[in-house]
Amino acid sequence: VSGAGATAGSGTPSGGALAPASEPLRRFLQAARSAGLRVSAAEGIDAARAVEFVGFHDRTVLKDTLGLILAKTSDEKDLFDEAFELYFKRDTFAATSDDGDEPGADGGQGSFGPSGTGGEGMGSGGGQSLGQLLEGDERAALATFMEQAARDAGIENIRYFTQKNLYARRILDRMGLRSVEREIEAMRQAGDQEALVRAQTLESRLEILRDAVRDLVERNLILFAKGETERFREELLKSARLSNLERRDLDRMRILVRQMAKKLAARYAKTRRRRLRGQLDTRRTLRRNMGWGGIPFVTVWKQKRIEKPRVMVLCDVSGSVAAMSGFLLMFLYALNEALKDIRSFAFAGSLIEVSEILEKQPVEDAISKIMELIGYGSSNYGNSFADFEDGWMKHVTNKTTVIILGDARGNRTDPRTDIIGRLSQRSKRIIWLNPEYRSVWGTGDSDMFRYAPFCNVVTVCNTLRHLERAISDILEDAV
Amino acid sequence: VNDALPPGQPQAALDSIEAVEQGLESAGYIASRQIATAVYIANHLQKPILVEGPAGVGKTELAKSVASWLSLPLIRMQCYEGLDESKALYEWKYGKQLLYTQILKDKISSVIGDTPDLAGALDKLHSFGDIFYSHQFLEPRPLLRALEEPGGSVLLIDEIDKSDQEFEAFLLEILSDYQVSIPEIGTVHAKTAPLVMLTSNSTRDLGDALKRRCLHLHIGFPDEKLEAQIIASRVPEIDAKLLKQLVSFVQQLRALDLKKVPSVSETIDWAKVMVLLHTSVLDVELVRNTLNVLLKFEADIEATNRQLAGLTHKARQDGGVGA
Repeated sequence: VSGAGATAGSGTPSGGALAPASEPLRRFLQAARSAGLRVSAAEGIDAARAVEFVGFHDRTVLKDTLGLILAKTSDEKDLFDEAFELYFKRDTFAATSDDGDEPGADGGQGSFGPSGTGGEGMGSGGGQSLGQLLEGDERAALATFMEQAARDAGIENIRYFTQKNLYARRILDRMGLRSVEREIEAMRQAGDQEALVRAQTLESRLEILRDAVRDLVERNLILFAKGETERFREELLKSARLSNLERRDLDRMRILVRQMAKKLAARYAKTRRRRLRGQLDTRRTLRRNMGWGGIPFVTVWKQKRIEKPRVMVLCDVSGSVAAMSGFLLMFLYALNEALKDIRSFAFAGSLIEVSEILEKQPVEDAISKIMELIGYGSSNYGNSFADFEDGWMKHVTNKTTVIILGDARGNRTDPRTDIIGRLSQRSKRIIWLNPEYRSVWGTGDSDMFRYAPFCNVVTVCNTLRHLERAISDILEDAV
Repeated sequence: VNDALPPGQPQAALDSIEAVEQGLESAGYIASRQIATAVYIANHLQKPILVEGPAGVGKTELAKSVASWLSLPLIRMQCYEGLDESKALYEWKYGKQLLYTQILKDKISSVIGDTPDLAGALDKLHSFGDIFYSHQFLEPRPLLRALEEPGGSVLLIDEIDKSDQEFEAFLLEILSDYQVSIPEIGTVHAKTAPLVMLTSNSTRDLGDALKRRCLHLHIGFPDEKLEAQIIASRVPEIDAKLLKQLVSFVQQLRALDLKKVPSVSETIDWAKVMVLLHTSVLDVELVRNTLNVLLKFEADIEATNRQLAGLTHKARQDGGVGA
């Protein structure tokens, strides 16, 4: 009975104002935060209040309740479910023995995850030494003892998988591993048959305990460190050069791009109209107040409409820049709602419009298709710009932002800067994003400095962070 | 309706999750355990519920049912782009103010007639207080009405995602403290905190501040069993075998790749149609002719038509009717 019922029964007011349940809840909130849920202090208080109403006894009700308060989107619901299951999953080590003892007491009280069993459990563990517990094979008591030791060892601070052994060691030490090992050694030394057998049983049970501890540490690692490692990895990816990315990171990058785009879109999609302070719109004020004889009860102020930017993107898709182009297109199309319209063009040796392909299928698939169409040939900037002038220059207006992404390396062909000159006169602005570092611009066949005078902005862009900044500037400027 | 109930009755009815479940059922709403838990917790923590989910799963219906079960008045505010304070909270009755000034113009001389100077006249006027900016001239809109309801109310803020971001920010004061500030009058506190439900179809992401103040309930499509219960409660005259076939068919449809999968409300409509047509067994021809009740896009209907025989066959099997 030591495991089950310990928490429910013990009314020890350790937490002060909150119910005794607050300790496991607090630790769960910590786990939820590590899993990536943003739980504010206020929500934590709400959760504690709600748990007071529903109690800990029904796991499904508890899950529903906490889910209502802590998880606010469907993504967060998934995260929450995962964290909840992981945290409140019964320790297998304790469960096996408990099920044998009392099959009815499953999943209910006292099973508050790695830490749940409260003060009394510790007492039962602390009363006997580890050796005695192992010999008596009191698994439930061992499990609580182990959890207590884990808590003392500060298991919730585990962050990296390299710390696994460290924490396992610490827990075992705290449980008194040394003395048990000494006992076993002593038995071996004694040499008689009975002592040897005892030593052997003790040894094998110790092995089981080791496994259990390792398991516990692993579970806590997933629980407390997953969000952290994930975040760390994302930070890393955001500032990694896109051309150096490994294939296995691509999926994660796509998700990241979408997240960043969503954030930008939310920021810039909202204020389309801005009030001009203090300028009365006389005509609309009169109209609005006609109902009460033209006496201006309600004033209407002049407003400024903010145009969404119209964007034309010219992407170099030849070998050197292809990866970057893919991400730029992905980003822009994820931004759809914040832009008025996007027309996209891909070029290498020559230029074609690819808007339609990109609108019909997800960017990931579209890019390979575009590559097939245009070929992986070497780039010819002059030729491509001439294609653009023939086909689409007439659609460029003074509201169009032209984004050109490329390394400006035309393999010593005519750069046709005259076309870019005309383009800069027609368009609102030209922004050139170059994935190469500034130091190599103008070297070899790079025509960057010849194009630069016609561009409003020329900037290095080779990581996701650069991309975000560049696009944010484009949107900002439109406001 | 409200007066008939002794105060405190709603509290008693809300004292356990099961009671909520039964109560909602008595109002004709079959709630899943999550929904009942949400209503229970919302009532005890006095927090608004933000209900999200696809169209037609009963988000609005939930608020209506809670209101009818607790015999509280339901105050509904439909959100749309451009909704502002004057339409959501209160407005001054300008016309009435104007009319009254005209009528009272003659009386003014009798009030200040004998005062010799301007300062005296002003003092006399001041002694009347703010006549024109008082409750009589206030036109309460849904939010204010909900706060002023003496016995409490159910406030339904429908499709909050359609409103502007500014309006969302404006709601925060009401949602967290159940009070609003009216500059001319002062702060109005709720007499009894209303039970607030917000619904959203997630056409845009709501702000974190709003979400933090709410319980978040996601209503998805119900499973087969729950859907059968819902239909049985909404269309009680339906035959049990037919019900099984209907539900099985709709559940299969939801698994297809459609532009808009049928919701519970569409299933209910379809069940009503079937009852009207005195159907007992689904057949392909009948389903084909009534498919437009379930599916709202031509492309979806076409896509489904091709697989109709298989779907109907499976539905009949599930309903225990031989093929």
